[in-house]
Amino acid sequence: MGQMPRWADVVLVPLICLLIAFLFCGVLIWSIGQSPVQALQIMVSGSLGSTYGWGYTLYYATNFMFTGLAVSIAFQASLFNIGGEGQATLGGLGVALALLYVPWPHWSLALAGAIVGAMLFGGAWAFIPAWLQAKRGSHIVITTMMFNFIAYALMNYLLVNVLRPVGKMDPASARFDKLTYLPKLGDILGLVGIPFSNKNPANISLLIALACALGVWALLWHTRLGYALRAFGKQEKAAVYAGINPVRITLYALMLSGGLSGMMAINSVQGEAHRLLLNSVEGAGFIGIAVALMGRNHPFGIVIASILFGFLYQGGSQLALGTTIPREVIVVLQALVILFTGALPYMVQKPLERLFVRRAV
Amino acid sequence: MELASFLQILDSTVRLATPLLFACLAGLYSERAGVFDIGLEGKMLVAAFASAAASYATGSVWIGTLAGIGAALLFAGIHGLASITFRGNQLISGVAINFLASGLTVVLGTSWFHLGGQTPALTGGMRFEDITLPFALENTVANQGALRELSLIPGIYSRVISGHSILVYVALLMVPASAWLLYRTRFGLRLRAVGENPAAVDTAGVSVVGLRYAAVAITGVLCGLAGAYMSMSLSAGFLREMTAGRGYIALAALIFAKWRPWYALMACTLFGLLDAVAIRFQSIDVGVFVIPVQFTQALPYILTVIILAGFVGKAIPPRAGGEPYVKER
Repeated sequence: MGQMPRWADVVLVPLICLLIAFLFCGVLIWSIGQSPVQALQIMVSGSLGSTYGWGYTLYYATNFMFTGLAVSIAFQASLFNIGGEGQATLGGLGVALALLYVPWPHWSLALAGAIVGAMLFGGAWAFIPAWLQAKRGSHIVITTMMFNFIAYALMNYLLVNVLRPVGKMDPASARFDKLTYLPKLGDILGLVGIPFSNKNPANISLLIALACALGVWALLWHTRLGYALRAFGKQEKAAVYAGINPVRITLYALMLSGGLSGMMAINSVQGEAHRLLLNSVEGAGFIGIAVALMGRNHPFGIVIASILFGFLYQGGSQLALGTTIPREVIVVLQALVILFTGALPYMVQKPLERLFVRRAV
Repeated sequence: MELASFLQILDSTVRLATPLLFACLAGLYSERAGVFDIGLEGKMLVAAFASAAASYATGSVWIGTLAGIGAALLFAGIHGLASITFRGNQLISGVAINFLASGLTVVLGTSWFHLGGQTPALTGGMRFEDITLPFALENTVANQGALRELSLIPGIYSRVISGHSILVYVALLMVPASAWLLYRTRFGLRLRAVGENPAAVDTAGVSVVGLRYAAVAITGVLCGLAGAYMSMSLSAGFLREMTAGRGYIALAALIFAKWRPWYALMACTLFGLLDAVAIRFQSIDVGVFVIPVQFTQALPYILTVIILAGFVGKAIPPRAGGEPYVKER
């Protein structure tokens, strides 16, 4: 069987998958009596037409970068961490505890504390399934999925019974101190003279997410641990034979993954809500799966895919404001992207391979 | 606790366990044939929507049921295509199916009925009627007083066993039927074999692909019934996200039952009971400490994690589960 050029595998396959998903959604929008072209126009102008829209796009993208990197680092070790949702929920708890109970003198120190809290709690929530998989052989997908629900119940309990301020009705923690608020992206870009709207939640977490992408890339391809992780993912038996400890790799991969998922909370909890809400994750943990698949499991691909999904999410909410098309069209699109890139890759890849091989002959 | 509320909890246990049982048995067929299915939730949801929509449009609960089965079969077909024909990742396909159902039901529901994603309330012949078994007191307004007066045994008969829709009894019948089909027929033997060692089945000249598609189709039909029960019997119409994680609980029950039909009945009854208790009581005071309702809600998941880890018994999945079958070349 002939090989496709690498650029086709990396760029063309995801693009074709995306195109098919878009086509399906276009037909769906058309079938409910709306105009797909108009819908796309509203989405583009609402999310990319102003710096205000861009801010929201980048805010969502920041969440997806964290969760996408989290899913991909586990994927590299051939582990499917479906528990990003729960790990990000616990990460939110870590951020909230760090910000509520420590009097931070400056936002930068608060951010450092919040990052530690997020990584500790998110990582710990991933540690239990990882340990159970490595030591007891329970299936990682099922356990992490169960831990999503357990995390939700735990958060519900804590917010209603423990963290809720006296006299308040809604299940949410108290507000954080104003000193812990993160600088907005608009302020940062203003320093270098770029005018950018400040009325959106995009904040410094975006830069941290980008740094994390770089860090994950360096870790995976330029360290001993990254090599062990990828070797374990490619061929478990060979890796073990080469002296790689499977228990340790499973624990490391999953805890890194959980820690990254948890980091999402510095954007959504510290950066946007300024308090801990019941559903602070809002499905970003699951979108991480789509992002990791779309980004071909590579940190740089994930950054691009995150921005794409950020655009889709912001565009989707604009759609709900401007037309009668429900924003759940985006959920359908997301499902189709997961389906085509993750579950049906051969459907696109095989014909494409044949095309390239025929041209080469 | 007084008898009346005890019977009431048992009654809602039966009602809440039924969709779990359908979905759990659905997953049983698929996973026993070696196709992992975490898309039970999505198939239930899309079936609940299709049944309610078709039943509202035609006024017939039976056409509604057929529509539900059809929708779930379609989704099962996508899963089969991805995991059997195209040898994709079965877990990812399941995730995609859950999202597809969650998005599609809201998009179509909002644009068809303009009620923010739900269908109009179903009335009369659009819903399943409750069946009163022979010698049981019918559950009517006039009979409420008499029903409360019943002692334990007649009370259980009239209030817990009798007075459910036909689908409850179908679900219960599916348990012995599945046990018989899986353990006493040639089809069942082959189905179990294809989940353990597909190569052996292939060598015997039986189609692995055919068997797996058959299993996935049975899964679709049962998920369709689960959804139809949700929207046309348990509730009177479709609400967005109405399955509310029941597909995952069913999956947990399947693991808890170690992929066996009779154990599935027990696991689903237990999880149904937990659900009924969580709805009836907010927190349970056991004297020394208080069990918060959130703990009762999380208990099915916690129990599943414990059993999966092998701390109490050991749940071993079918050996070829999750792996697409590739004929040797």
